[in-house]
Formats: sequence, structure tokens, C-alpha cells
Amino acid sequence: MDADGTDRHDLSELRPQPAGRTRRHVLAGLAAASFGVICSPSCTGALAAAALPFAEIADGIFVRYGVQEEMSAQNGAAIANIGFIVGERSVAVIDTGTTTQQGAALKAEIARVTDRPVSHVIATHVHLDHCFGHGAFAEEIAAGRIANVGHHKLPQALAERGGFYLERIRALSPDFADTRFIPPTTLVQETATIDLGNRRLTLRAWPTAHTDNDLTIEDARTGTLWAADLLFSGRIPVIDGSINGWLSVLEDLGERNAARVVPGHGPVDTTDTAFARERAYLAALREGVRAAIDAGLGIDETVRRLADLGRGDWLLFDAVQGRNVVAAYTELEWE
Amino acid sequence: MRQASKARLGLAMILALAAMLAATAAPRPASAAEDAWPDIRAAVFGNRDIADADGVIALETPYRANDAAVVPVSVTALVPQTAERYISKLTLVIDENPAPVVGTFGFFPQNGLASLSTRVRVNAYTNVRAVAEMNDGSLYMATNYVKAAGGCSAPAGKDHEAAMARLGQMRFRQIGDWRAGEPAEAQFMVSHPNYSGMQTDQVTQLWIPADYVRTIALSMDGEPVLTFDGDISMSENPSVRFYVKPKPGATLSAHVTDTEERSFDGAWPVKLEPGS
Repeated sequence: MDADGTDRHDLSELRPQPAGRTRRHVLAGLAAASFGVICSPSCTGALAAAALPFAEIADGIFVRYGVQEEMSAQNGAAIANIGFIVGERSVAVIDTGTTTQQGAALKAEIARVTDRPVSHVIATHVHLDHCFGHGAFAEEIAAGRIANVGHHKLPQALAERGGFYLERIRALSPDFADTRFIPPTTLVQETATIDLGNRRLTLRAWPTAHTDNDLTIEDARTGTLWAADLLFSGRIPVIDGSINGWLSVLEDLGERNAARVVPGHGPVDTTDTAFARERAYLAALREGVRAAIDAGLGIDETVRRLADLGRGDWLLFDAVQGRNVVAAYTELEWE
Repeated sequence: MRQASKARLGLAMILALAAMLAATAAPRPASAAEDAWPDIRAAVFGNRDIADADGVIALETPYRANDAAVVPVSVTALVPQTAERYISKLTLVIDENPAPVVGTFGFFPQNGLASLSTRVRVNAYTNVRAVAEMNDGSLYMATNYVKAAGGCSAPAGKDHEAAMARLGQMRFRQIGDWRAGEPAEAQFMVSHPNYSGMQTDQVTQLWIPADYVRTIALSMDGEPVLTFDGDISMSENPSVRFYVKPKPGATLSAHVTDTEERSFDGAWPVKLEPGS
């Protein structure tokens, strides 16, 4: 396929169009269907991850959608959206997934799509489902042929959490034993641009929001904003940074009027509905927690009070809601 | 003082290392929760009798923690604090933590009620114990089982820079209406990352050194109302809710020390309901 998009796909046909069903059902079905078709119950995690398809969501922008499940050996821990952008000279990878296998599958897909070299591997943030497939590019990174890019706070975050995450990944399956992480050496302080050949990407390092090392990528040619985990679609957002910071970053991102936004989880958004849904959830959570603190409630009472806030709107709700309340509470009690 | 602190730090590190080595060498048996206690008990309470806490204190913990690094623990006192008979100490123990003793809180008749809520780290599925000591030296214990893991070795705070910038800030909150002479609820918080010493830096392969709050002393007009002497199992930004019988025009003062020999002081005027 030509990298400049002569074989361009129309995205709107690929996106789920909820009609008479809730978005949640559509998402759940989509995740299950896309996974079930590709992989029999007997196939291993490594194969499962390798088998997930890539979609060209805009001219030269390829996304592999993660499944909206908890990480497991069965789903290859491939739960996040990862992908790459192809320019006239080179390719930028955006996130590499949870394992070396996912990184290798990404690399293979790039080779299938174009013969242009990868010039950049960009990590959107520290989480294990996003940047632990870098091992597939280790040789080129070590040789200086690929720039390893991240938020200026990512090296510190990886130093603090990397080992802990590796333990979790390796505990999933012996297949993931060779997974590793490679801290970025090309650091983004505020903004940076990358030219892939007639294709300029703007990288932006945000103040603490989803994490303290969130990086977004904007492609000027297609008006695409790769928001990564600053936007959750389907799956419930996870607060691992600052609820106040996240809400303020969302205001800024909303004003950018991107033609389409690639979330860290869930389908591409062209209508800002995913942004609105996330904002509404975080705002309601903040309001609920503030009210509980004002009323003198402790953490446990606040968790109970807000146990159902947003329940109908999100996948994997019960796994995350209590933790989000604790995160919001311990932040907001210092206001 | 400095040496004492370093020796103590060393002990915490050795315990932490030993626990991690033990964990890597062989998975602990399912009955580990039963096995750890006799040694802890002997080390902390010797051969003193420990009675069941029924009627003295009640312990509340979540069965499954939302965040193993911030597990709420509440102890409700079922006896009033009087000058003749009162709970003088409350020790929290987490059997399966590398440093099982969270710390000991000191109470006084002035509290009116020796109830307390705080937040702890839980490193593995474990029994959590609250041991109350009466002023006559008798001990009473309540025990709960908590499912949580990784709270001590889990990555430290969400925003390291913000945490260090806020280090030592303190808050004192009055909860509900405060009336002179009646037990009233308060919350004291101090901003501190409370590094456990169990996180490693993957680049240098070195431990991120422990740096945590060791003591908290709260007093009202010079009289102690709460003390805490603790270890690495306390959550970051230590928070304590407790009771005190306020006097009109009183000032609550706080003095906090940490393992790096820092100390932090604060004072807040107590506000009472009009006419109380």
C-alpha cells in the first residue's frame, strides 16, 4: 500500500455506529468479535497479540485496537491502541504494546505496509500496556537508527515503576519473559516536532493528567490527534496522575478541534463524544468526592457513596471505580 | 539522634530485603498469615496476655482494598476515655508486611474517645491487627483479613515532583460541630511521600532510600492529644482522624519528624460552636 494514502480507507465505514443499542454494548461486542474471529481458544497469548489487525484510520495512520478486557495470557495483554504513522521518508511508531511480541507484530505490519525505515519510536506514557514492546526495536535504538522518544518525566517514571510492571507482565505468561522496557533518550519538554518527510508531527508533553508523563501526537496533514490515554473510550478512565490536571488538559485538547482523535483504548472519535463522556465522568467524580470531603466522609465511606457513579457508561467499571475514588480523594483533600 | 535514626532505617531495609529474598526464594504457604504472628507478637508484646477486643475496640478494614498503597483502617473505641480508665496506646500490625508494625498511637483522657482512622500500605494478603493497651497495661486485640498486594513495593506516588514540592505541608480539619468539653472529630494530615525503601531504581539497580514520617505529636495548649511513632507501612501523606475534647480558645499544635531528620511544625486555633 502506498504510504501517501493512494489506497485510502474511509474511516466512517469502519467505525461502529450505535443504533438502538448502547455504546457500551457495541464496544463490548466489537472487542469480543474482533478477538474471537481471529483467535481460537487454544492459541497462545503471543499469537493472539500478533493476530490482532491494524486499521488505516486516516491517510498513512495505522492503529491496532486493543481488546477492551483486563490483560491476560489469552488476549496477549494487547489491551491498548498502538500504531504508526507513515511519512514520505520514514515511519514513527506510537506505542509498542505490553510485550516484545506486540512490538514485533507492529514491526512486521510496518514492513508489510512500507519499505521506509522507522525513524522514531514514541511512548505516550509509562503504563505497561503502552510502551513495553520497545524491545522489538532494541537493536535499532541501541545503534542510534531509531530515536526513542518520550515525555521528559518518562525516564523517572520508568525507573520507579518499570521493574514492578515487568513482574506483572512476566507473571501473565512465560511467553513474555523477554519483554523489557527501554527508557527514552529523546525527551520532550513542552513541544517538539518530527518531520517524517512531508509529514510534520507535533508532540506535546502535558502537565500531570492521566499520569505525570502523558505525551500526545498531532498529525497536521490529516488533523489527527493521537491522545493515547488522555482519552478512554469504552473502558473506564484510570486516574493515575491528577483528576484536576486531567480535566484541565481535556479543556485544552477539546479546543484543538481535531478531525479525529485516537484514544488509548476504544474506537477513534470524530465527534468529540468520547471526550465529552470522559469529561462528564471526571467532572462528576470530582464533584462527588469534593462533596464527600466537605461532608466529613472518610475514604471508605466515599468509595461506598460513589460506587455506582458512571456505572452504566463504562466497561470494566468495577475493576477501576474504587481506585479512581481513592485517587481523587487523596488529591482533592489537599485543595 | 541521627545514629538512632540511621540504625532504625537500616533495620527497616534489612527487614524489607529479607522479606523480598524470602519471597523470591519460595512462595510462602497459604497459611503464612497464621505463621507470621507468633514472632511479631513475641517481638512487640513479649509474653504479655492479649485478650479479645470484644467490647473494647472494633476494627474496620475493607475485605479487598481498592488501592493497596492506601488501605483505610478504622478503629472504633467502645469504651470512653476517663481519667481512671482509658486506652493509652493503639498498635497497628500488618502480619505480612516487610515491616509488620505500622506504628503505635498514643491516646489520653483528653481525647474523650480513642477512635482512630488512618491509611496503610498492604503488601500481601494478610491479617491486620489493632492492639489496644489500657492505662493499666492490659492488651486487647481485634483482627481482620485484608486482600491486597503490592502496597509497599508498589511504585511511589503519582507525581513525585509535586509530592516533594509539598513536603511537610500540614492540614488540620475539624469535622462536624465542635463543642467545648465534648469529644469532637479532627483530621490531621502531613504531606510526605513516605518512601518505603522497597522501590528500586531500575536504571541504577539501587533501592530508592526509605524516607518516611517517624513521629507525629499533636497537642492542645501544650497537653498531648495524640502521638504516633511509626514505620514504612503508613501510606504516603499520612492522615489520622481522631477525637479530642476541645477547650474554648485552644490552639492545636503539631510537631512531625521524619527519617531524614526533617521536622515540621504547625498550629491552628480551634473553632467552637457559638455558645458552647
